[in-house]
Amino acid sequence: MLELRNIRYGVDGEAGRVDILNDVSFTVPEGKFVVITGPNGGGKSTIAKIIAGVYVPTGGTIRFDGEDVTALSITERARRGISYALQQPVKFKGIQVIDLLRIAAGRQLSVAESCDCLSRVGLCARDYINREVNASLSGGELKRIEIATILARSTRLSVFDEPEAGIDLWSFQSLIRVFQDMRASIAGSSILVISHQERILEIADEIIVVAEGRIERQGPREDVLPALIGTASAITGCDRLTGRS
Amino acid sequence: MNDIQKRILLEVADLHKVPEGAYNIRSDGQSAGRRSTEHIEITSKTDVSGIDVRIAPGTRNESVHIPVVLSQSGLKETVYNDFYIGEDCDVLIVAGCGIHNCGNQDSQHDGVHRFFVGRGAKVRYVEKHYGEGDGLGKRLLNPVTEVYQEPDSTVEMEMVQIRGVDSTKRVTTAELAEGSRLLVKERLMTHGRQNAVSVYRVALNGAGSSADVVNRSVARDESYQEFDACISGNAPCHGHTECDSIIMDQGRILAEPKLEANDVDAELIHEAAIGKIAGEQLVKLMTLGLTEAEAEEQIINGFLK
Repeated sequence: MLELRNIRYGVDGEAGRVDILNDVSFTVPEGKFVVITGPNGGGKSTIAKIIAGVYVPTGGTIRFDGEDVTALSITERARRGISYALQQPVKFKGIQVIDLLRIAAGRQLSVAESCDCLSRVGLCARDYINREVNASLSGGELKRIEIATILARSTRLSVFDEPEAGIDLWSFQSLIRVFQDMRASIAGSSILVISHQERILEIADEIIVVAEGRIERQGPREDVLPALIGTASAITGCDRLTGRS
Repeated sequence: MNDIQKRILLEVADLHKVPEGAYNIRSDGQSAGRRSTEHIEITSKTDVSGIDVRIAPGTRNESVHIPVVLSQSGLKETVYNDFYIGEDCDVLIVAGCGIHNCGNQDSQHDGVHRFFVGRGAKVRYVEKHYGEGDGLGKRLLNPVTEVYQEPDSTVEMEMVQIRGVDSTKRVTTAELAEGSRLLVKERLMTHGRQNAVSVYRVALNGAGSSADVVNRSVARDESYQEFDACISGNAPCHGHTECDSIIMDQGRILAEPKLEANDVDAELIHEAAIGKIAGEQLVKLMTLGLTEAEAEEQIINGFLK
């Protein structure tokens, strides 16, 4: 479904060219839940932005459903079926939650349909549907609304950049359930999540470890995860906090 | 009224037909319809052009519509409308002016509105300005609004100018007695080479009075806007003024929120922010499938909603 081949990305800094990604290649097959992990600053979020079209790679190709989309804009990729949930949700003055969901769905979602999207991310829909997507919402609320926009789109590929970042524990618990539900109904689509959370790595089909702009390791969860436990690439909370006690 | 006049009426007053309640429709300098009701009396002024609207004390849940339509190129008029709102009223007043100018001469409507708001009364005032027509003649609107509030009264004003007015200078003054409240929400978008100046002078004269003057504006193309709001605290009171603006293209904005404290217990705050649309907002909406231009429109529509 999605294939990155020899992706390079660099920026010009004060000390000359800095390579952020170096020869990154991987595939997200249809019907698979793939997680990218690795230390901070390793280039994970850059990969997500390159898939969504926010950054243009300096080398390599991106193919989506067989088509070379490397030169396509953010809009064109979105319309072909790539969804991207930002690590830092964006705030909008005056745009209400229902407006954002309708833009995401590309049609006049009914109030009931919008409520359904919000319920799936654990928000009591009636309280939120007419709220503005602005600073009056907490980080966890914004994050869940961000995820709801991806659910409203229900495209072939959904990319989530650190969905657990900046959210409270209660939100984290329901977030895990959201991903478990998505995992269960993945047929005909694929999910790519950037995360260090062990609970998310545990539901992956495949894990890709990215460090210093390169792919360090990739393969089925059973092969990759055991070596990650206890490192910065697979963070876990205590059992009580993560709901396992 | 002809079709152009009817369409403009729809733009400025959301009126498809004759409104319920009291109304006065002015079209090309003439009265195109008027109705007084049991509690709301509308009469013509005898010395100058304009009307007096008298609302009996205790009138509740009633409305007055006073839209103005200009469709003749070159028509210039100044109209004086006075509103006397009795004690303990709770009413809606809808004003608005639309200009259709296809000719080469400037069309101009200067409305001078004075509101005398009785003790304990509550008034919601909605004013919408709109211009259209492809002639070389300019469409000019210079409204003057004066508000005099008796104790414990509330006035909510919503002023909107979204399209087509070439030049506007809006001056609003208000004097508030004890316990009275003024809320102003102004929304303004200018484009082309338009020019819009908005001046507020609010005097909080009575103890416990409060004012909140909020402006949201968008300046596109080569347009220019000035927002000059001063709240004077002359008693123990609360005042807040805020200007939040988006600039695009070569648009320019001067925001001058001002405070004057003449009483040690006056609590006054002002805020102003001007900036272009944040790149991350555009990116987010584009990842949902909108083009950059569509994303801009959504952001502006939300901002001015």
